Amino acid sequence: MSSMSENPPRNSFHLSQLIYDTRYRSMTIQVVTLGLVCVGIWWLVDNLLANLTDLGIEPSFSFLSSRAGYDIGMTLIPYSSASSHLDAAYVGILNTLLVAALGIVLATVLGVIAGVLRLSKNWLVSRLMAVYVEAFRNVPLLLWIVLIYAVMSESTPQPRDFREGGGASMIWDAIAITNRGVYVPGPVWGANSGILVAIFAASLVGAFVYRRWAKKLLFDTGRLLPLVWPAILIAIVPSILFYFILGRPVTLDYPALGGFNFSGGLQISTPLVALWLALALYTGAFITEIVRAGILAVSKGQSEASEALGMRANRTMSLVILPQAMRVIIPPLTSQYLNLTKNSSLAIAVGYPDVRATLGGITLNQTGRALECMLLLGLFYLALSLIISFVMNIINNSMKLEER
Amino acid sequence: MSDTDAHVTNAYFRETMIAQQPPPATETGAIKWLRENLFPTWLNAIGTVVSLYVIYFILSHVAPWFLNGIWNASSLSECREIRDATLGPDASAACFAVISDRWQQLLFGFYPSEAYWRPVVALVILLAGLAPVLFGSIPRRFMAFSLASPFIIFFLLWGGSIWLPIMAAVGFVIGFYVARALASVNQIVAVLGAIIVPILYWFVVMMPLVNILQGILPIGIMAIESKQFGGFMLSIVIGVAAIVLSLPLGIILALGRASDLFIVNKLSVGFIEVIRGVPLIVWLFTASLLLNYFLPPGTTFDLTLRVIIMVTLFSAAYIAEVVRGGLAAVPKGQYEGADSLGLDYWQSMRLIVLPQALKISIPGIVNTFIGLFKDTTLVVFIGLLDPLGLTNSIRASTDWNGIYWELYVFIGLLFFVACYAMGRYSMYLERKLQRENR
Repeated sequence: MSSMSENPPRNSFHLSQLIYDTRYRSMTIQVVTLGLVCVGIWWLVDNLLANLTDLGIEPSFSFLSSRAGYDIGMTLIPYSSASSHLDAAYVGILNTLLVAALGIVLATVLGVIAGVLRLSKNWLVSRLMAVYVEAFRNVPLLLWIVLIYAVMSESTPQPRDFREGGGASMIWDAIAITNRGVYVPGPVWGANSGILVAIFAASLVGAFVYRRWAKKLLFDTGRLLPLVWPAILIAIVPSILFYFILGRPVTLDYPALGGFNFSGGLQISTPLVALWLALALYTGAFITEIVRAGILAVSKGQSEASEALGMRANRTMSLVILPQAMRVIIPPLTSQYLNLTKNSSLAIAVGYPDVRATLGGITLNQTGRALECMLLLGLFYLALSLIISFVMNIINNSMKLEER
Repeated sequence: MSDTDAHVTNAYFRETMIAQQPPPATETGAIKWLRENLFPTWLNAIGTVVSLYVIYFILSHVAPWFLNGIWNASSLSECREIRDATLGPDASAACFAVISDRWQQLLFGFYPSEAYWRPVVALVILLAGLAPVLFGSIPRRFMAFSLASPFIIFFLLWGGSIWLPIMAAVGFVIGFYVARALASVNQIVAVLGAIIVPILYWFVVMMPLVNILQGILPIGIMAIESKQFGGFMLSIVIGVAAIVLSLPLGIILALGRASDLFIVNKLSVGFIEVIRGVPLIVWLFTASLLLNYFLPPGTTFDLTLRVIIMVTLFSAAYIAEVVRGGLAAVPKGQYEGADSLGLDYWQSMRLIVLPQALKISIPGIVNTFIGLFKDTTLVVFIGLLDPLGLTNSIRASTDWNGIYWELYVFIGLLFFVACYAMGRYSMYLERKLQRENR
């Protein structure tokens, strides 16, 4: 009796409580884990430093500012062999971003079209799409890249075949597909072209604002204004008007055969085309399945209810099915975009100068700074992945069902 | 009034049944099918025509090439001679002779030809070992064989002394008994003991023990270095080893990510996101260029092993995400039920949650394996001879210089068959799980 009524001793903490008392045990486990991880990292870093002293290398990033001394086949910013390794890395980064962005756009277009066609009632069309999906999903991307590259470089005509009687001809006199790359008309920016671009950008914003306003009007008052045609008109008409008012500031430069090769226009190199097509077709196959699953995930009652309310097929699709399907589609779509971006590092197979080829390839081999180069390369890809995830999360949140 | 019925013999009524009419021609058989499936609307009809053209376009290019394929020749130039002699110089004909000449190399790389039986037997053992895991109807006692199969497969593929895999397996047995003995003392101590004691055994005791046993009783088969591995065998070895080895790590990472413990959670999330945020090819270059920097000075081990380690870490992050999905799919009542039975964390995970979560995760794990199996082709860039790497070395010989399509088609078909079959299996599994959960 006496022992029960006594206050517990003030200093009642025992060491064993760290293991047996659930209040403290989680702390113990975390501290032990952190300790083990720290020991592991310390061991790795210790080994690293010992190895580096053995080799006589001091980790430093100063090589980035020294002269690169190599040429890059495709540069979006001014670059020469006299530029620094950092510039070479920028060139590579831009090339990676270019092929990733092109790939994402084309893969999405392909995937959405194929995904809808896959659900077509037309037996032949849906089977054809199934064959496309299975063929691309079940064969390694690398094989597709080298295969498409081989098609592009072996089966396309040489530039000299485009001469009189050479057997090859340009498409619409504007596009030439050769084994040295695809030549397309390129824009030439004239005197007032800046104004034109600004007007175009402003009218795009205008079209967006119109859509916003029309939607608000619809939800507030129930008045339905046409959404598509006015927006397209707002986006295009001012630009066309000003194009002529300003005296055609932007012209197209057509590629022309001169000597042994094409000159003028825009040259899209074979590696870029092959990589772009392969990435887009491969990822497009995955997106096809995602789109299909997304549309199938919307229960049939939704479309039936919409029909019962008297909505037409296209409005059922755009107002009822797609908004719900998008919620299912976007999360896996994000991971496909991430995959495509990471897979763009397979540029190595076709010699496209992406960031892995410049920073993680030639720069690394020339300077021998494997540790620093791989670290920067890893950080770049990590940052890119996080940015894409972030953007897609914003889109996903804007699509999310707003529950009360 | 009822008798009027009997006298209905007037002209308005027909007294005999009309013979059954055949349905309209457009509503039966092939025509109906065509109308419904290929030409229901104008838009669909256009789609059908376009599809037919696409199919014709592809077939008209590929079919002659494929059907004219030449299977018997010893070099590309001989292939061309045969083609010129039989079909004319302009005909398109595949030279599949390269495959009948080099198929063994594409499958096994530079593995010694007298030992080809070893990878084949290993594959059979692998499939047999997987069967109890993948198909629930096989008795549980075969699981023992599944547990032993990695060691048998290692012995078959790399050869050497039989004592090495046996003694390595003994380490796991030691760990198991240490955990059992210490379990009565404390769970955390048991877990730590089960990790530390076997590691000490493997690093300190095992190699001398193997040498002694090998001295006493020398049993073994020809040792084969891993740089002789190649072709599909290499792809399968890297893929399977990485998936199997990454399972424990992936499960631990998934548990860490689902854990309430702040530090454990953040460490797991960090590891998973870093690994997943960077392309495999960068990790492979890390393995080939940098991994030696992070090991004690003087340590060298072969590239294949380094690649397996790196791919294991890589796939662990992906497996962790799959298992996390499985953990999330286990109903909350199961966790609470385990708690209310008084089970501690590891017991509830081991006995209640993980068996359910892993079962749900198997389709995802199979899909991860398909992705990883396809990605093993990337090892060509760090100098390993996967099937694509072998195409380069086949082209390097004067006989087959300049041959592309036939090799790519062959490799593509093999990958397609393997991945398609696994994909179908995982879909079957998903459907089965859905049925069982309903």
